[in-house]
Amino acid sequence: MGFLKKLFRKGQKHYPEFWSVYQNAFERQQAHDLNAIRFVVFDTETTGLDIEKDRILSIGALSLQNESIAVKQSFEVFLYQHFYHADNIAIHGILEEESKPRITELEALCLFLNFIENAILVAHHAGFDRAMINQALKRHGLPKLKNKFLDTSTLYKQTLIDSPLLQRQEHYALDDLAEKFDITTVDRHTALGDAYITAIAFLNILGKLKGKRGFSVKKLLN
Amino acid sequence: MKNTISARVADFLKQFPPFNEMYAEDLHNLSQEVHIIYKIKDSIIFEEEAEPHDYFYVVHRGAVVLQKKTGNDIVDLCDEGDIFGLRPLMASENYKLQAKAFEESILYSIPIAIFKPYTQKYEGVANFLIESFASNTRNPYSKIYRGKLLGETLKTPTQTPEGLLDLQHVHYSKKPVTSTEDTSIKEIAQTMTQKKVGAMLIVKNKLPVGIITDKDIRNKIASGEFPITAKAKAIMSSPVITYPQKMTIAQAQMAMMKSGISHLCLTKDGTQNTPAMGILSKHDVMLELGNNPAVLMKAIQRSNKFKSIKVIRRQVTSLLKGYLNQNIPMTLTSSIISELTHACTKRVIEIVIENMQNSPPVKFAWLAMGSQGRSEQLLQTDQDNALLFDTVSENELQSTRTYFLELAKQVNQALRTIGYEYCPAEMMASNQEWCLSLSEWKDRTSHWITNPGQNEVLLSSIFFDYDLAYGDSSLVDALTSHIFKQTASYPIFYMHLAGGALRNPSPTGFFRGFLVEEDGAHKDFFDVKRRALMPLIDGARVLTLSHQIKSINNTARRFERLAELEPNNEPIFSACSYATKALLKFRTKQGLLHNDSGRFIALNMLTKEEKIKLKRTFKVIKELQELIKLRFKVNAMIG
Repeated sequence: MGFLKKLFRKGQKHYPEFWSVYQNAFERQQAHDLNAIRFVVFDTETTGLDIEKDRILSIGALSLQNESIAVKQSFEVFLYQHFYHADNIAIHGILEEESKPRITELEALCLFLNFIENAILVAHHAGFDRAMINQALKRHGLPKLKNKFLDTSTLYKQTLIDSPLLQRQEHYALDDLAEKFDITTVDRHTALGDAYITAIAFLNILGKLKGKRGFSVKKLLN
Repeated sequence: MKNTISARVADFLKQFPPFNEMYAEDLHNLSQEVHIIYKIKDSIIFEEEAEPHDYFYVVHRGAVVLQKKTGNDIVDLCDEGDIFGLRPLMASENYKLQAKAFEESILYSIPIAIFKPYTQKYEGVANFLIESFASNTRNPYSKIYRGKLLGETLKTPTQTPEGLLDLQHVHYSKKPVTSTEDTSIKEIAQTMTQKKVGAMLIVKNKLPVGIITDKDIRNKIASGEFPITAKAKAIMSSPVITYPQKMTIAQAQMAMMKSGISHLCLTKDGTQNTPAMGILSKHDVMLELGNNPAVLMKAIQRSNKFKSIKVIRRQVTSLLKGYLNQNIPMTLTSSIISELTHACTKRVIEIVIENMQNSPPVKFAWLAMGSQGRSEQLLQTDQDNALLFDTVSENELQSTRTYFLELAKQVNQALRTIGYEYCPAEMMASNQEWCLSLSEWKDRTSHWITNPGQNEVLLSSIFFDYDLAYGDSSLVDALTSHIFKQTASYPIFYMHLAGGALRNPSPTGFFRGFLVEEDGAHKDFFDVKRRALMPLIDGARVLTLSHQIKSINNTARRFERLAELEPNNEPIFSACSYATKALLKFRTKQGLLHNDSGRFIALNMLTKEEKIKLKRTFKVIKELQELIKLRFKVNAMIG
């Protein structure tokens, strides 16, 4: 075992500086008080839904703490695209020619990790965004994200009342949530815009869950 | 760095003073520094006497109430775009009022240190802030108003800020309806009818030169003095009496009294030499002063925006508060409030239909269900509604339903905007389960009646109290006849419905103590709806249905009718009617006190007298349940 550990530690040295900074952030203890916990709500816009083949076009993220979002601490990056599906423009409305300053995937990952630190990550259908980021990390020889994740689509289902009269849907899209919580969808399909919708939905959901019997921060995070 | 979010914040702020005075660049820099804060209903933003924050606040969504802790008196209600918490910007002292989220709200907090330089840069910003700080802005709920509107003398005049009325700016129609001097009277009368206004301003080069009111048309045209083909110039009152835009309520009342006119023209500087900014009518002043049901009713019918209906709906609530405080009989109170509530729903639907691209393809009816259908809903709670449209052929069904679902979706959204939350069980007309044609509703209700399982009984008990809120009454009558016919031929359904009525949990335990909720968000509260009101409501429903009594939905009135029909049971039914009204009043008072549905009552907050009153109703409930059990032979079924 000692040998393995040593090997592992040795391997670590090959990781770039930003990865060890990110990793060190996890040595700090996560707060237990809900209002002290830092959440990062994020969304990725991608060229498609295939985790292996498709690429990230942009990442948007917001920092949320004590039921408050600091506008200044929002994160929005656009990535260079080498291959492009024309079909996706229709979904995401991101045009290649658009004059946003662009950065490389590695730069984007570096900035993103630096932004999220050890925060609890929140996303809608989080599994997908997590897999996209992890896949990108893998392409650069980096390990997976270490953060805890919360998925607003699952959390939302927990807020629904238990009634034989309510027909539950299998999946709730971000648009469903925006409609339920009356959130404006002007910026829908931009990464930061979707992250904002997710953040407001998340705050709504938290408010509802807190009133439910047996709610605890520990349960929420596990 | 400018991003999507800060751009959105700036877009919002620039619509409202004082931010509309700022250059785009400054506003964008300021927006960067904003925090977006989410507050659930009833959470505190700051306490009275708390240390000042480094921020002041702008309401982005929802509403915030400012109040003194003592006396529970609301000083101001801030809506979208309103600013509050300015004290730290003006003076280094603690907050004088408590700020609490009146609804679920999103706020923008603006750091004072960063904002301060702008108050020096822009004179308009500074002036606006000083003014709103000094006047404490609008106040539709304060004690001083309530006293005025209900003709009640103030008991504690010293507690309210003096001269409040003088400080209140009046709200007037900012887009006055205008015409030119050579417009024909006929055309003017048509426009006035269409816009539902009582006066038309006549302008020349944007300057007011005359005014024509309903009275002028009566006195000068209808009397035959001038022909209907006459031009505006012939009959208009000229010159126009003008006043400056910033008028207080007291000034406006004085001005109208002084010159004996019902409409004031407000201009930029108060003279006839500047453009007209708006018209202030007696009606506006009455509305501002709050509250007489007729004025509110007119205001509802006139409104064209959901947001203005929202404001009126709040005034209805303050009217309700006044009625309850003055002990006006519950029957009268609930019928007035229900009428106004109905009018709000009706107006919402009218506006939605006006905005739809096509008019409805067939006749339809919007149904209020549950407590709204029974006219027992005095507070704003969840929506329960359904839509019924005329039977169409098979191949038109899909497109017809699509139309009505879209209509219902917009109505549900608008009702939410004016303050009715979505139904958590999605029993709303925008749900395709609740948006059916007449023949589909007949099939569905027949199914419930002939297969009375637990869910079917539950669904029937919610749906069968429907009431027409808008639309065609013949459709509703057809459905009602169908339901009565069906229930009469399947009497076993009554037994199941009665069984459902008995399933509500008992209000008191073995030792006659209150049974409170054991866990959840309402632990140790008494659930007055489930444990006390529901048994009465359910009981009344099954009894009236078995008597085939049509078109009485209100529970108290149902019991009154039952008392007439069954003289031998008159005492118990009269007692039930009384108990229903008492409980409803109880619930409404609790709801107003806590700004919620009033369903859960904190027992330790009740006086002994109130507790005894509550318990007295429980005895009646028990007697009613015994009667139902015997009459419908429920024991045999439940076993």
